[in-house]
Amino acid sequence: MAVEFRKDLFADERDDSFDQIGQPRVRQDIEGHVTGRSPFFDDHLFDGLLHVRCVRSPHHHARIRSIDASDAERMEGVVRLIWPRDIPRNMNTLLSLINFGRDDEPLLAERKTAYVGEPVLAVIATSVQAAQRAVAAVRVDWEVLPHVLDVEEALTPDAPVVNDEYPNNTFDYHDRYDHQKLRFGDPEAALARADHVVEGTYQMSPIEQAPVETCGAIAAPETNNRIVCYTSTQALFFSIGVTGKLLEIPSSRLHFIGGTVGGGFGGKVDSHHEPIAVLASLLTGKPVKYMWDRAEEMQAGAPRSGERWRIKDGVMNDGRIVARIFTGFFDAGAYTRLTSYGVQKCTGHLPGPYTIPNVASNIFCVYTNRTPSTAMRGFGITGVDFAIECHMDKVAERVGMDPIELRILNAYRDGDMKAHRRLAKNCALIESCQVVAQKADWRLSPDAMAQSSLAGGGTDWRAAIPETVTDDEGKIGERRRSGLAPDPFAGTGQRGRVAAGTFSDHPATGNAPQRDDMIAEASRLGFKVDTGAPSAPMPQAERPVAPPAPPPAAPPPPTAPHGSQGAPTLPSAYSEAPPAPTPTVTPPAPPPAPASTAPEPEPYRPEQPFQRGVKRPGVSRFISGSRRR
Amino acid sequence: MAVHKGRGFACINYPIGMNLGGDPSQALVHSTPDGKFKVTLSSIDLGQGIKSVGRQIAAETLGIPIEDVYVDTADSDTGPHDMGSFASRGTHRMGNAIIRAASEARAQMLEAAAEKLEVDASDLTTDGKGNIHVKNVPSRSITVEETAQAAQFEQGRTLAGRGIFLVPLSGVDADTGEMTPVSCFAHAALIIDVEVDDETGEVEVLQINSAYEVGRALNPKLVEQQLIGGAWMGVSHALYETTEPYYPDRSHGPQDFNTYLMPGPGEIAPHHISILERPAPDAPFGGKGPGEMCANPVLPAVANAVYNAVGVRCDSLPITPEKVLRGIRANGGARPGGRA
Repeated sequence: MAVEFRKDLFADERDDSFDQIGQPRVRQDIEGHVTGRSPFFDDHLFDGLLHVRCVRSPHHHARIRSIDASDAERMEGVVRLIWPRDIPRNMNTLLSLINFGRDDEPLLAERKTAYVGEPVLAVIATSVQAAQRAVAAVRVDWEVLPHVLDVEEALTPDAPVVNDEYPNNTFDYHDRYDHQKLRFGDPEAALARADHVVEGTYQMSPIEQAPVETCGAIAAPETNNRIVCYTSTQALFFSIGVTGKLLEIPSSRLHFIGGTVGGGFGGKVDSHHEPIAVLASLLTGKPVKYMWDRAEEMQAGAPRSGERWRIKDGVMNDGRIVARIFTGFFDAGAYTRLTSYGVQKCTGHLPGPYTIPNVASNIFCVYTNRTPSTAMRGFGITGVDFAIECHMDKVAERVGMDPIELRILNAYRDGDMKAHRRLAKNCALIESCQVVAQKADWRLSPDAMAQSSLAGGGTDWRAAIPETVTDDEGKIGERRRSGLAPDPFAGTGQRGRVAAGTFSDHPATGNAPQRDDMIAEASRLGFKVDTGAPSAPMPQAERPVAPPAPPPAAPPPPTAPHGSQGAPTLPSAYSEAPPAPTPTVTPPAPPPAPASTAPEPEPYRPEQPFQRGVKRPGVSRFISGSRRR
Repeated sequence: MAVHKGRGFACINYPIGMNLGGDPSQALVHSTPDGKFKVTLSSIDLGQGIKSVGRQIAAETLGIPIEDVYVDTADSDTGPHDMGSFASRGTHRMGNAIIRAASEARAQMLEAAAEKLEVDASDLTTDGKGNIHVKNVPSRSITVEETAQAAQFEQGRTLAGRGIFLVPLSGVDADTGEMTPVSCFAHAALIIDVEVDDETGEVEVLQINSAYEVGRALNPKLVEQQLIGGAWMGVSHALYETTEPYYPDRSHGPQDFNTYLMPGPGEIAPHHISILERPAPDAPFGGKGPGEMCANPVLPAVANAVYNAVGVRCDSLPITPEKVLRGIRANGGARPGGRA
């Protein structure tokens, strides 16, 4: 294992004179980690801690006729049950915190379940074993329903409806389409004149985030009518927001503590443990832990989504990729979680790190009767990158080119137009390719080694983005009625046009600091070139983002009314379909007003005296110490 | 029957931060009476090291030794809002918020020192060792500790700062997908050498060579840890792992690490890394998040190497011995591509 820093590359853009930055400082928390003393959520010990386990559906898809928990309720160690009716607002979607999508998932299913492992009832007991025994004693009368597991079968007209909120088995985008579109240039025309058409289908497998510490939370009554919750969450305020919404409890009553977590990889964003633990603590007035065991983590916990991809490329004999069409299916499982968002993230990523003048994609967030999928390292990108990079090798083989040289030829460069209509900047793909080829002794031609991310972008064929062809195919519900194929341009819908060269030169940029003294001195931020450093961004209108300069030799792209500053490019660009207004965004909803539905916790009366020091200041009065300290 | 060597390539880029913005992070910085600074966050440290990176960013911005900074996270009673540790956003968003908070605190610190030294604050600078001095006149100085004491006990001044960093939320066009996604991208290119046994279908990763472009390695050891671990996750993803071995069929789902296949220590391959740094204009000191992207190029590079070794295209993950053998059989035998 050898690590080298190529400080020689991009040296003229960096100032490396720092005291701390770039130094291999020892981690602040490493001593605690390697001696086993860092306090993770499960290291907080409470006297009389109760445990939660859930009754889960054994069926892919089933209606709940009735639940008989009378035996379970009377079993030794069982404190009480949590029924769906105990949850003040038993419907949520994770991204409601940023107003994206509709509430579609109950914390505990009341009427029907849509995947194997979906919880319908929670048991609170004095031990994990007692909770598990009680769970096994609950009798559910299931009416098994037809199910669908395959993403493309789920789009067919007679597929069972997985999620009642989205009866077409697809997330609704922009209140208009059953998929997210990307349309850039005219891929059909480019395919028709390409020397080669290369097609491929790729399948990403669902995998488990597999953190060493499984997901969990401990909630306990705190003083002053508050609840403290120690949690393994990856997103503290997501978890507070979700808990506050489901339990209709103001965030002022919630004291969440986390921050030291045993691996997450995306699997600890969903925030299912905190609301159940907090509710259980509210209902019993006692400290309660809800933590998955490994089997639950692997099969009831959300994995990375399975993704299916179809790619169709138009390629010229010299290796230039002139068209690329994607059809993508994200397997959301039974509920949305974050998949709808992953689809849009993926759309912004296409066609990969390459400059292709004609690109189209249809990506679907599909509901199937499987465990909901969620974020995982590389979310929205890993699957399609697998597809793209396998496909690039197929293209290289077809045109008889070295695979790395093919990538360098098509690589995006500073000033190139990306398919989402923003200019590329700060590119370094070509240099990465060159460095690794040298390193592994993979010989590239002198021409390939001479290329640079800094030169040639936005010129010649790279800038010749033709007029874009749009379509209105795949309106919500249409596919289920007509059996329309999912691929771009598959139907005969109304075509529209977006003028060539339409783009915006407003890059994503951070807000300006509130006050001048929050602006760091530019000379201390490590940039040699004036790049509009983050702490002092220029006002948008003055931001010097140059459109690609036409090369001296080549004429500017045909009909290129490059969106200049102030010119509203979007609305005027369409001749057929008016663009959807940019979704207005309201800040995350404030926690709902305190409601009286949440039962007051009963005074805590321990059956046995505390064993260890209890009255540590600033600590819940029920805490009895921390493990291994 | 033979073992065939193969070599595969892949390259990728990766967006840093929540794709369409709308994901603020906040930081608070304040000084104790003796000039030690606390950084209060709600970030989650999953092992990636945000506490340590945040500490370095704060110390660098304040201009004081790293020992004099401590990062406290995440207690919702004290830490201000942060969206969370995901989407490669921690270093980028929180790092920028910490720079702002620490800049405000630094400005207060220099004001307090200026009052003590009877000079203008703009003439002062820090030496990174706990002293504040007049620019180009190191002898005319005051310690950070004395400054903090003077500020709090004589001048009635806080040495504190607040910072928020937000890339405002933007929308996606329904018909064209036009959008303003993230503001910077990390890059990677990777060459993998494998051996494929045409009798058992087993794939062994022999060696990984990689180039990762991370903007700036704020802490080179943390970057190294991310890249080595992440690439290994990619190998595991490519060759072993799945919760649903017969996807979309749900049968045979693993319930523990005995049946959830992963490579063991014996399968760890040498990984030679080159790190490139092209600083991103809006990132803290130019640093992009290396954490998520490092697994991505490994998956296709392994698939491409297997194809190069035996001529079997495994377009569906994971690349199990069963799939490799079935492919070899369908081809009527191994077809080495001869790159390695």
